[in-house]
Amino acid sequence: MSILVHRNSRILCQGITGKQGTFHTKQCIHYGTKIVGGVTPGKGGQEHLGVPVFDTVKEAKEQTDADVSIIFVPAQYAAEAIVAAVDAKIELIVCITEGIPVQDMINVKSNIRNSNSKLLGPNCPGIITPEQTKIGIMPAFIHQQGSIGIISRSGTLTYEAVYQTSKNGLGQSTCVGIGGDPIKGLNFIDCLELFESDDQTQGIVLVGEIGGSDEEKAAEFIKGNITKPVVAYIAGISAPSGKRMGHAGAIVSGKEGTAEGKYEAFRKAGVTTVESPALIGETMRTLMNQ
Amino acid sequence: MNLHEYQSKELFCNAGIPTLEGMVADSPQQARKAAKQLQGDQWAVKAQVHAGGRGKAGGVKMAKSLDDVELIASTMLGSRLITKQTDQMGLPINLVYIERGTQIIFEFYLSLVIDRTKESWTFIASSEGGVDIEMVAEKTPEKINKYTIDPAIGIDTHQLSLMAEKLNLDVNLQEQFIAITKKIFVLAKDADASQVEINPLIVDQNNTLIALDAKIVVDDNSLFRQPELALLKDSSQENDIEQRASENGLSYVSLDGNIACMVNGAGLAMATMDLIKIHGGEPANFLDVGGDATTQRVTAAFELILENRNVSAILVNIFGGIVRCDVIAEGIIDAVKTTNSSLPIVVRLEGTNVQSGKAKLMESGLDIISADDLSDAAEKVVQSAANYRESS
Repeated sequence: MSILVHRNSRILCQGITGKQGTFHTKQCIHYGTKIVGGVTPGKGGQEHLGVPVFDTVKEAKEQTDADVSIIFVPAQYAAEAIVAAVDAKIELIVCITEGIPVQDMINVKSNIRNSNSKLLGPNCPGIITPEQTKIGIMPAFIHQQGSIGIISRSGTLTYEAVYQTSKNGLGQSTCVGIGGDPIKGLNFIDCLELFESDDQTQGIVLVGEIGGSDEEKAAEFIKGNITKPVVAYIAGISAPSGKRMGHAGAIVSGKEGTAEGKYEAFRKAGVTTVESPALIGETMRTLMNQ
Repeated sequence: MNLHEYQSKELFCNAGIPTLEGMVADSPQQARKAAKQLQGDQWAVKAQVHAGGRGKAGGVKMAKSLDDVELIASTMLGSRLITKQTDQMGLPINLVYIERGTQIIFEFYLSLVIDRTKESWTFIASSEGGVDIEMVAEKTPEKINKYTIDPAIGIDTHQLSLMAEKLNLDVNLQEQFIAITKKIFVLAKDADASQVEINPLIVDQNNTLIALDAKIVVDDNSLFRQPELALLKDSSQENDIEQRASENGLSYVSLDGNIACMVNGAGLAMATMDLIKIHGGEPANFLDVGGDATTQRVTAAFELILENRNVSAILVNIFGGIVRCDVIAEGIIDAVKTTNSSLPIVVRLEGTNVQSGKAKLMESGLDIISADDLSDAAEKVVQSAANYRESS
């Protein structure tokens, strides 16, 4: 199996007619992803990339029976787009958009909590189940169907982990980019839980970074709940305090959010850690061979 | 984006949060004039910089005469203030804020922040005012009390009065406290502030609560809908290279080392810095050229890197996904030719069109060191930096 998405997932694209939406939707279709429709207010009734475009998510959901939505809407309107997908009862909402005001995310999360929808992102590369479905902006060719579940806060660093697990002959069950924003949807724990109960997944790679305390919580969770081998890498051991390192959420404030603290938490929880990002794949292979 | 105290206080004023009367000045003469206009017999002269810890660093001084005001302002203006929160260069003082003096009966700490763990707004209050709140949180956590607002319900007056009680405020002050906190919440939402901090909030001789200091941080992501606040940006308080980087769509942070790096993606950029360190080097910067780097952006990135005189080698690490390696290679070749740099450059390319990217670098005839993987790249750049230093 896989987690969250599979070959039969039916996907809507919000913002399908925009430049980003068009480019990446095309790539997804090429990969074999079942894109069943798009949403762009004011363009309902048109056809784009061979699928129908609707004015609202609600209408699109009714007509296409989509269960997943991917969002490329600009930051100004992205929060509204997520809430529209929640209201339309979309099961999994994947928001690629970067730069959503954090106040809007407070409101979005409050909506998500009172719904059955799951949110992935924002500011994330999306999710892929190799050889089944790609719902995101990741380069398809580095992925290989296999046994490793990948969860990461970063984009290109996820690709690095994917590439290394492919090169080491392990492949991936599902790769989830949870995004670099401080307030986001699915977090490490949610994905860990899903990977633990997924038969295809034999090992888990967790890629964290400085800022916040999600990794510490994940470490605690792994200790009590995860039986599969986990390799954790935290980016930013060399990052100075008080400086935002690209991602909105990647900042050490005072003593909170340091890479050292996170590594310490993982070690205490008995999780295998690598301080060099070059060793993620190798280390996982060694664990899998034990 | 940080606002200065005087800017924050103007927002406080508009929101009905009590502050003392004050005026901003950019010259000693103007400071004197401001003090005269404010009247009274003592004034605070406060350096306007984007950093806390001003008091201890000599950035806040009391003056008992107009001559004093002018003298203090003349020493502050044009100098740089180094506080606990700045680097060793400090920040330039281009403006001072002159405020009428007052008596402080009691002082405490109050802030409203967006709490990423709780995914909502959290008020933080402490009876320890005017000091470093992180120190208080570490040494005497029992003196800190918090209240997280449930976004689905909004602000709860009962929770606010519990906070006020813990601060040992009398009934009258409790009412003022509740009114002020409510106004802060409205202000924070209206201004898209990710932080509003009053340190200290004081009780004066008339049993009135007054915000003696004010700090507002505006969420950068919201500036598109806060055009008036965006105008308040003070570029003089920011690192020059970092600022020009952001104008070019690059994310750059200056560091102390000598190995520059240029990477696509924030996570991979941090990971690259980590690798340099693991291999015994020190990174000179964090630089993310973005997921959709163009030739122009790569050239701009090189130019920024070369401005740092400490740099003795450059590591380019690109994982081409959407970005094609051959395009990046062209950018590197262009940049090396235009900047005419003699620094050693180690390039690690992986991903889309990697073969043609590597071929382009080879054919260029430029002295570029190619690396096979992350570790190889880090090793080679650390070695190259050492060789370069020895030879120059």
